[in-house]
Formats: sequence, C-alpha cells, structure tokens
Amino acid sequence: MNRFIERHPVWALVILVIIVVALWLIFATWPEGLEDAIGRKKVFLNALFNGITLGGLYFLVASGFTLIFGLMRNVNLAHGSIYLFGGYVGYHTVEWTGSWLFSFVVAFVAAAVLGIILQVVVFRRMEGQDLRQTLVTIGLSIVFADLMLWVFGGNYHQIHTPNWLVGPAPLPFVTAVKSSGEAVYLTYPIVRLVILAASIVIGVAMWLVLNRTRIGMIVRAGVDDRDMLSAMGVPIQLVFVLVFAFGAGMAGMAGVVGGTFQSISPGEDTRFLLASLVVVIVGGMGSIPGAALGALLIGLAEQLGSVYVPTYSVVLTFLIMVVVLALRPQGLLARR
Amino acid sequence: MAVIDTHRSPATTASVEAATPGWMQRIHPAAWLVAVILLIMPLLVNDFILFQIFSWSFILGMISLSLMFLGGYGGMVSVAQMTIAGFAGYMVAIFGVSGIGAVSLGWPWWLAAPMAIVLATLFGTITGALAVRTEGIYTIMITLAIAAAFFYFVNQNYAIFNGHTGISSVATPKFWDVDWRAPVPFYYVTLGFAALSLWAVSYLARAPFGLALQGLRDNPRRMAALGFNVNAHRVAAYVFASIIASVAGILLVWSNGQISPGTVSVDAAIDILVIAVVGGMSRPIGPFIGALIYVILRTFALDFLVAVGLDGNRFRLLVGFGFLVIVFWSPDGVTGLWQRWRNRGQDSRNTAPRGGGHG
Repeated sequence: MNRFIERHPVWALVILVIIVVALWLIFATWPEGLEDAIGRKKVFLNALFNGITLGGLYFLVASGFTLIFGLMRNVNLAHGSIYLFGGYVGYHTVEWTGSWLFSFVVAFVAAAVLGIILQVVVFRRMEGQDLRQTLVTIGLSIVFADLMLWVFGGNYHQIHTPNWLVGPAPLPFVTAVKSSGEAVYLTYPIVRLVILAASIVIGVAMWLVLNRTRIGMIVRAGVDDRDMLSAMGVPIQLVFVLVFAFGAGMAGMAGVVGGTFQSISPGEDTRFLLASLVVVIVGGMGSIPGAALGALLIGLAEQLGSVYVPTYSVVLTFLIMVVVLALRPQGLLARR
Repeated sequence: MAVIDTHRSPATTASVEAATPGWMQRIHPAAWLVAVILLIMPLLVNDFILFQIFSWSFILGMISLSLMFLGGYGGMVSVAQMTIAGFAGYMVAIFGVSGIGAVSLGWPWWLAAPMAIVLATLFGTITGALAVRTEGIYTIMITLAIAAAFFYFVNQNYAIFNGHTGISSVATPKFWDVDWRAPVPFYYVTLGFAALSLWAVSYLARAPFGLALQGLRDNPRRMAALGFNVNAHRVAAYVFASIIASVAGILLVWSNGQISPGTVSVDAAIDILVIAVVGGMSRPIGPFIGALIYVILRTFALDFLVAVGLDGNRFRLLVGFGFLVIVFWSPDGVTGLWQRWRNRGQDSRNTAPRGGGHG
C-alpha cells in the first residue's frame, strides 16, 4: 500500500478523492441542490447496492474463469455455458426438492463433474495449444447452448427465493430526512445482501486458501511456472483437474445465484461470458483480487450506468475496458 | 530479407516457387475451371441457389477472409470482423435510404457506401489498435468483448440504431436500368468483390507488407530487432481487413434489405470464426470454401435433420459438432484435409499442420 502511494502519488490521490466522495455520497444527507441535479439519494443508493451485489455475482463467475486461465492458459469460452448449466440444474433441483441451499450443492457438483469431463476428455489431449483449446471451447459453447435449448426449452426460469430470505431489510443508511426531522432509512432485499455476504466470504476463503495453504501454494506456483512445478514432482494433471473442477463448480453455483436474483434463459451464457471476459481483462488475467476489483467496477458501472445514462450503460462498461487497456494492458492488478 | 525468407510458411513458399514468368501460368488449371464455372453459373442454376447460396457464401466468405488475413498471416484471431461488417451495414442503412425515416438520412448510395466503408474502417482500426495491445489468445478475448459490447449497444440504442427491431427496407442501388439486387446482377457484384478481395489478399501476402506481417506472426521480437514497427504493421493489417469486411457488410445489408442486432450478435461473430477455421486459415481460398459449406448446411440442414428424424431447429448443434470435428482432426480446415490427401505418401514436411498460426 505504501509502496503504491510512493510510486504513483497522483493515482493514489485520485483514488483517495474518489473514495472520500463515495463515502460522503453514501453517508451524508444530500443537500437540495444535489438532489435536483442527479436525482434522489434513494435511487443512487439502490443503484450502488445493486451494482455491488451484481459485482458479487460477476466475481463468482469470473473467479473460476480467471483461475482456470491463470493456471492452464486456457481461455474457457464455454464458461458462460457452465454458468447457465448450473442455473438450470439448480432450478430443477429447487423444483423437485424445494431446498434452495441444497440446489447450490447439486449445481456445484454437476458443473464440477462437467468441468472434470472437459478437462480429462478434451483439454488434456491438446495441452499447450492455446489457440486450439480456445477454438474447442467455442465449439463446445455452441453445442452446449443448443443442447440446453433443446433440453430445458427457451423460456425464462426464475429460481424461487426461500421464504426466510424474502422481504426487505432496513440498512443504517439515511436516504432522506422528512420535514418532521425523522430520518428515512434504506431498505434492501435480504436475499441480495445474503448473496453479497456469501460472495465476499467465498472470495476471502479463496484468497486464504491460495495464500495460506499448501494446495494454494501449488496452484500459485503453477500460475507462475507450471513446467518447473511439474519437474518438482507435483502431480500437475491432478492439480489441473481439481482447479478446473473448482472453477466450473463456482460458475455452476453462480448460475443458481443468478437464477435467484435475475433469471436464467438462453442467451444468459453469452452475457455472463462477456461479463467474465471484461472482468478479467479489467482486473488482470489470472488474479483473484483482480477479478474482485474488476467485478466490482463492472457491476457498479452497469447499474449506475443504467440509472444515470440509460441505453449507454454497455458503452460505460466498454469504456472502462478501453481505458484499462490503454493505460495498463495487463489489467489493474496483474503482476506481469 | 534473408531472415524473412527462411521463416516463410510452407504455403507461401509453395506459391512463390510456382511463380514462373507470366501471371497466367501461375494459376492452377483447376482454378481456371472454377473461374469459368463461376462465370457461367447463372446459366446452370436457378435464382434461389444463385442468390441464397452463392451470393451469401461470397459475402460471408469475404468477412471470413478478413479474419483469415488477420489470423493466418498476422497471427491475430479477431472475432470482431462480423462486428466491423455489421457496423458498415448499419452505417449504409443510416446514411442511405431505408424504411425507417426517423433514423436514415437518405443519402444516395454512392455517397452512403463510401462513407460506411470509411467509418467502418475507422471503427476496425480502433478495434485493432486496442487488440494489438495484447497478444495471442488475449486478442480473441478482447475482440469477443468488443463484438458482444457492440451487439448489446445496438440492441439498446434506439436513437441511432433503432434498437432491437433494427433498420428494415434498406434501399439497394438501381442504376443503368438494372436492379442490382436481382439475383443475377447481385451474383456478379458479389462474385466481383469476392474475387477482388481474394486477389488483394493473395497479392498482399506476397508483398513486402504481407511478408513482414508473417514474420511478425512467427517471431515478433526478431522483427522488432530488425527495425520493423510491430504495432504499426499489426494495426495496418486491421485497416486492410476492415476494408474487406466493411465492403462485405454493405453487400450483406443490400442482400438482406435490412439489418438488426441479430446480424452482429455474438453467435454471428463466432460463425465467422467457424467458417474461417472450417475452411482453413492458411490459404485465402479457405474462407470461401468454409462459407459455402456453412451456407449449404444452413440452407439444407432443416430438411436434412427432419429427414434423419431430428428436430429441424438443431442447426447450431450440427454447426458446433462440425466445427469441433474439424478443430480436433484437421487444424488446417478443409483445405488442410485436401492438402494432406494430395500429399499422401510424400514426405510429411508439407503436410504438418500449422494449427492456423500460433494464435
């Protein structure tokens, strides 16, 4: 942190100013002039929270993508299909068993098994041929998309939120002050808060596993130099399979999350593939903290954009990518 | 130049060796036969096949050719070529005459088309300038992100692009008392432009620029050490590819008479990659063969699938499986298969698959 400030004093100042302004916007009671200029504070806070929770969802999808890419140099363009597959599996599990939590387990396992099959049957056969692997994942995404359209149909599905998560929760953020002097607090759907908390927990857990355990050490070493790692006697193929299974499982679980607070339908696979691509391009390929930062930025840009510059929100997302590519082509938090 | 010569790909070496004096001898007799057949095609087949199969194949082939030029010679697989073509199509629909009066400016076609080419080339140049900041598989990711972003943008934007419905009833040129959208004239127009772009790509591949580009594909660091500006060459390649793609995009919108976000969807962008890979990324003729296969599949898959007792809507499944089969067993596409079949029994030097450049 200190090193960053020493090396980039201007950027550090810009970031500090942005943080202070954001905190002021969140906690202060907005003066009249500001409300007139950019609308009510409630709208802003809602968009902000929607952006953060959407960022949480993007992080769940993109973290698996970036992990697989970092370790195996495999741009898995079928990642969106795995997300959608997990969503469908979760939806049908909820329909059959009625248990929302159980559907996460089933979706994770189903997607992980799919990932293992892909890794063992397809990618192991063409190791080191980056372009060919990528082309294969494109072919697979076409096939999967059509198979899922065939099996699950073209309708929208929404996963039922369990009763204990339905309803709003009051948050300690003042949105407005009534004329009587009474403060109005923001209310926000519990389910989204739970999902946000879960993605933060998962993100922190991933960071801990990667940085504090032996298996994490092996994975990090593989990201840096997988040839040397395998020369040291680590069963690299097993590590590949495990990481692929985990990354795919995360995408599958994210499918359930996405199906709960949005919906799942054909075409969502492309949407989330795009989101993952932009997130890892912005955050830095192969970096978990980068995925978190990128997901937060993209989620915020999408939600704030859709409130304040409707119809141009995609352009906003895209602009972030362009600016990052122009200033720091390797991504914000990439080491290389 | 000696360094470049030793690093030339097998395909170019073969074509240069065949370069005996006289440009006519350079062309294979089979190519002459194909050219003659293509020229008298309107006498042989009906209007449906002319318009729906051949004109469409030529257009898709041109877009894929622009990808093949970038991917095969430059080692940059850009998935955004369909987006550039679609951008040109949108521009011609916006500047020219269409049924959506609120969007179109109503310029005559001879003004709208060059404008569209210029703007789309500019768009392609910016895309390229962004994409060359990264290498290899990253290029696919970034161009795919650009393609998807453009699709979602035109889908949402009603002020310029008329949103989800798109722009319909786009006027096609009519002059010299010819309706150029009628099957036979349109066939010759697309054939002419396809042949022109095929010639341009083959010519450029052997010109100093093309050789430098292939050198950059094989070893960018050495080329940089030799004094070549790596990024400038790559961006220039994008400019050239964008011109081909934008001409094809204009032909596409004239042939369909309309353009909508579906034209520039991610699926469509990936189809162009599929066509180029299936046809073969190492020769300029490959994309046209791939396009012909794709269009024939697309047109007759319904009947075929129903005939074997499957749902006719499973066309994309067929395309996906076909693509997977090609990627698995013949990285050089159909032209690679042909090459291998011809060279069977000979030493394997020329048959070794190159995998369509190293990405």
